[in-house]
Amino acid sequence: MTLRDRWLLPEGVDEVLPPRAAALEQLCREVIDLYATWGYELVIPPLIEFLDSLLTGTGSDLDIQTFKLTDQLTGRLMGLRADTTPQVARIDAHKLKREIPTRLCYLGTVVHTRPMGTGDSRCPLQVGAELYGHSGVESDAEVLCLMLETLKLVGQQQVYVDLGHMGIVRAIVAAAGLDDDQTAVLFDVLQRKAAAELDELIASWQIDGDQAIAMRALIEMNGDAEVLQQARQAMAAGGAAVTAAIDELERLIEIVGSRYPDVNFYVDPAELRGYHYHTGLMFAAYLQGEGVGVAYGGRYDDIGKAFGRARPATGFSVDLKRLLALHDTAVRLSPGIAAPWSTDAALQALVADLRAQGERVVVQLPGTEATLAELGCDRCIVERDGQWQIVSA
Amino acid sequence: MNDMLTIAMSKGRIFEQAMPLLARAGIEAAEDPDKSRKLVLPTSDPQVRLLIIRASDVPTYVEHGAADVGVAGKDVLLEHDGDGLYEPLDLKIARCRLMLAGRAGDTTPLHDHMRIATKYVQTTRRYFAARGLQVETIKLYGSMELAPLMGLADRIVDLVDTGNTLKANGLEATETIAEISSRLIVNKAALKMKSARVKPLLQQLDAIVSADN
Repeated sequence: MTLRDRWLLPEGVDEVLPPRAAALEQLCREVIDLYATWGYELVIPPLIEFLDSLLTGTGSDLDIQTFKLTDQLTGRLMGLRADTTPQVARIDAHKLKREIPTRLCYLGTVVHTRPMGTGDSRCPLQVGAELYGHSGVESDAEVLCLMLETLKLVGQQQVYVDLGHMGIVRAIVAAAGLDDDQTAVLFDVLQRKAAAELDELIASWQIDGDQAIAMRALIEMNGDAEVLQQARQAMAAGGAAVTAAIDELERLIEIVGSRYPDVNFYVDPAELRGYHYHTGLMFAAYLQGEGVGVAYGGRYDDIGKAFGRARPATGFSVDLKRLLALHDTAVRLSPGIAAPWSTDAALQALVADLRAQGERVVVQLPGTEATLAELGCDRCIVERDGQWQIVSA
Repeated sequence: MNDMLTIAMSKGRIFEQAMPLLARAGIEAAEDPDKSRKLVLPTSDPQVRLLIIRASDVPTYVEHGAADVGVAGKDVLLEHDGDGLYEPLDLKIARCRLMLAGRAGDTTPLHDHMRIATKYVQTTRRYFAARGLQVETIKLYGSMELAPLMGLADRIVDLVDTGNTLKANGLEATETIAEISSRLIVNKAALKMKSARVKPLLQQLDAIVSADN
């Protein structure tokens, strides 16, 4: 490493500088305040914990995304969180142990070993809300609405919501009797919507009749809410679980659609992104002009089971740094007041008084020559006739 | 701008074979990319434009939504990591094979730590790993055929069309790693937000491809 590149940050690791940092902090406060008004209590899980609890009940994707190190005290492996949701699920299952529905929210940096997509940050500022203890579609609707409210904070109302349901794919996989390896291959093909490859798989696994029709429908059936009618027929081989899942999707669109008329819904049962801990309804928010989704969420009922207490769960998360980038109005710092450096008690009292009123007072250190503009000030304190006075620049 | 549909592809063989399909779906390039220096080409449809980029860049443009749709060879898609884009349609054009080749008459069996020269490092590693072999890949950007002749590598992994280049350099193909053809790829967000534009195009092309094959 030469002197010239010693200051470089690792690839995909970023920091936030003024004035963006102030804008980000402002947004953090607005988001947490919003969640508080919806009854979501803030939790602050640790940045680092034992790998066992961090990855319990989650898929191998999250394992790969997690930085690991050895605990010097116990010799056990620890991980830096790559996703906060499993931590919050642990808090709900093991620490709070409430019987009533529990609403929790969190805000903090997560660290990824690899960028999720090319050019993505490896340290997103994840904010999210989770609702535990209710298995109905009403709780999914609540967190989806809260996700839309989060986007509204940054001026985004024309949202495209992509809806899926893990239950549909799982039911069709179970009906066809696929093993774990086959399921993994199928998931990969579904995520790429590679129709030709799916046909080859169906042929090689000797799946025929209604099962084959249902599996093909996973790729073919996507579009606006009307597609659910066709899906009901085409995916009948999945049995009652598919019907129940489609009912839930329709109900969710009905509840949320009436509250947010500007939102466009897109149904896509083959959309399986995420860390594979989802079990039911899944949703993602897309915005015009953004090539990838900006917010993701869904139901993950099974994750608490690994912590000894299965609780229905649904929630969503967003990278606040990405949201901030969508927000074009910069936070303007209020112009401050420059004060000379002095031990004079009257001046110090005046400065303390101004600060108590919320004014920004910047002391001009002796021997420095910064202009008012450089200090971000439009007024200064000067001594006139033995009195300290504030004068405009 | 929101109604504009952007299609990315590479010039050369993919462009020559994809454009006749697109023409039948009502999209014709207004200029010949070989004669024009422009990288963004307008088409007969004012709402559709073409991006002419390197073949290996096509998935990157589409994944990020810099292009809504693209035409990319399966070889490039195999090498492109992740599942960040849709590849719903096999256009069955620009067909060839990704093959393992070595010096003609070379009968040394495949073994661990064999040196394989290729442009397709990931695909090569995956192929040999699936067979329980760990190989040393040597990334080259062109003229693979030279590598075994000059002793740089034991074998090569490369696209083979007619096999004439291999033959002219005293090499022969021994195994097919993958059958390659061009795929229509679609940005995930575009399929959802521009479905009114993307889906009819997909259906038209699907019908055209089925009619041809």
